[in-house]
Amino acid sequence: MTAHLLTELTIFILAVFVGLEVISKVPTTLHTPLMSATNAIHGIVLVGAILVAGAADAPFVPVIGFVLVLLASLNVFGGYTVTERMLQMFRPRPQAPKPPADQP
Amino acid sequence: MPAADTTPASLVDVAYLVTAICFIFGLRYLSSPKTARLGNRISAVGMLIAVVATLAQGIVNWWVIGSALAVGAAIGIVSAQRVKMTAMPQMVAIFNGAGGGAAALVAAGELLKVYGANGTPTYDVSFTSMLSAVIGAISFAGSIIAFLKLQEVMTGRPITYPGQQVVNAAIALAILVCWGMVVANAPNAIDYFWVALAASFALGILFVLPIGGADMPVVISLLNSFTGVAAASTGFVLGNNVLIISGALVGASGTLLTVLMGKAMNRSVTNVLFGAFGAVKPAAAGAAAKTRNVRSVSADDVAAMLAYANEVIVVPGYGMAVAQAQHSIRELADQLEKKGIEVKYAIHPVAGRMPGHMNVLLAEANVPYTSLHDMDDINPEFERADVALVVGANDVTNPAAREDKDSPIYGMPILNVDKAHNVVVLKRSMASGFAGIDNPLYDDPKTVMLFGDAKKSIDGIVAGVKAL
Repeated sequence: MTAHLLTELTIFILAVFVGLEVISKVPTTLHTPLMSATNAIHGIVLVGAILVAGAADAPFVPVIGFVLVLLASLNVFGGYTVTERMLQMFRPRPQAPKPPADQP
Repeated sequence: MPAADTTPASLVDVAYLVTAICFIFGLRYLSSPKTARLGNRISAVGMLIAVVATLAQGIVNWWVIGSALAVGAAIGIVSAQRVKMTAMPQMVAIFNGAGGGAAALVAAGELLKVYGANGTPTYDVSFTSMLSAVIGAISFAGSIIAFLKLQEVMTGRPITYPGQQVVNAAIALAILVCWGMVVANAPNAIDYFWVALAASFALGILFVLPIGGADMPVVISLLNSFTGVAAASTGFVLGNNVLIISGALVGASGTLLTVLMGKAMNRSVTNVLFGAFGAVKPAAAGAAAKTRNVRSVSADDVAAMLAYANEVIVVPGYGMAVAQAQHSIRELADQLEKKGIEVKYAIHPVAGRMPGHMNVLLAEANVPYTSLHDMDDINPEFERADVALVVGANDVTNPAAREDKDSPIYGMPILNVDKAHNVVVLKRSMASGFAGIDNPLYDDPKTVMLFGDAKKSIDGIVAGVKAL
């Protein structure tokens, strides 16, 4: 193992503790949005996807590069949209009472 | 040293640091429903910063990347907008799988780049690429199976066959052997890489097949955690800190939720994963054969019961999601509250198919989150409640978990609905729940049953309450 990898492992482990600390404060009522929010966050793999598919010496035929970026992009955009949609439904007190079958 | 270290763009690294901070604040703000939306937006801004910074550092293949981004965004946003709230678990599963697949391909790309240049990857790169590829592929395939089960394209029940564990163990062993070959730079290491990738894909499918129904929240959380780990290991491959930090955050979150879900069922995570429920089924089915003594009533009877109560506790379960009954429940609660009756909701941690599933559905129906109560908060309250209204929940209300040492779910924390003065159970039929476990609650003299589709039943009760 190189010293470089050890540094990265240190970052990883500290980040795990930050994650546990922050996430243990999330109330159960928000657990589905939490899953969806963390789902969106691992969409950060899009950065890796762009780096690999966009490198001048990209090892892939463009089709695979396309699929790669597509998957990651789906993860990012879908993840954030779903989370936003869920979170906007959580209200302490409903404002205007809507007819029940109003939403899709 | 990983290849990405030669990139001289320090500004990009600063951008990545800002992104990591945004993600942490995004999760931090999820600690309250009031700030949660802001948190999600901060997180999204962080993502935007990272993607723009990445695109700005001399990328080629613009057409490929631009079009893939656009198509992915279009499909992602449109499907996320259209999906029904009841279908949320499978939507989350599919996005999770997409992330896992992307992580596996990123690792494949880095390895192929090295092999393509006739080079030998360093141990660091080959080991972490394998980690990313194997976990990513398992997550990808597992998420697809979870999606198909939740979407009911295939049966949601556990699929078991003799020797299942042996097959899975053999595949896992094959993956480890290939992993070793790649790290040891064996001749034709690339072939071993592809075999490991294919085997991981197969293992992903096979390990989710025997898990079903009420165990889905555990699997969904675990797959979420897998994709986090896969993303973090692509960070090791590419020498990219933002990937490492974000992956670690997601991995931690998924693991925490997995453990919480396991605890809520009083089962270890290994017990859930290796299909213990499949094994107990025959014995439990035998126990269910005894004569039932259940009282079936009409919607109007239930309406009268509710209308003369002081306090009603609604206990939603997966049946509510299937029948899409959350809006009708809300309407019933409105009618009861108009009569001055207090209505509360009791949410079991594993009710539904993903953590917090019931909370989201009730939020969709405009139920204030302040009326939703955790198991520990609401359990002492049942003794004071006049009616506990169980809507499509079964095992999480089963008193056998508390009293019957022979019950397969003995020791699982439950909602004490049997302590309420009266219990109304809305159920499609007398057929046993997912686990095939008998529920003595239904024979309790103070329990009445209203059979039928939950939404139709509740609409009937609403009509009854209005007429009173």
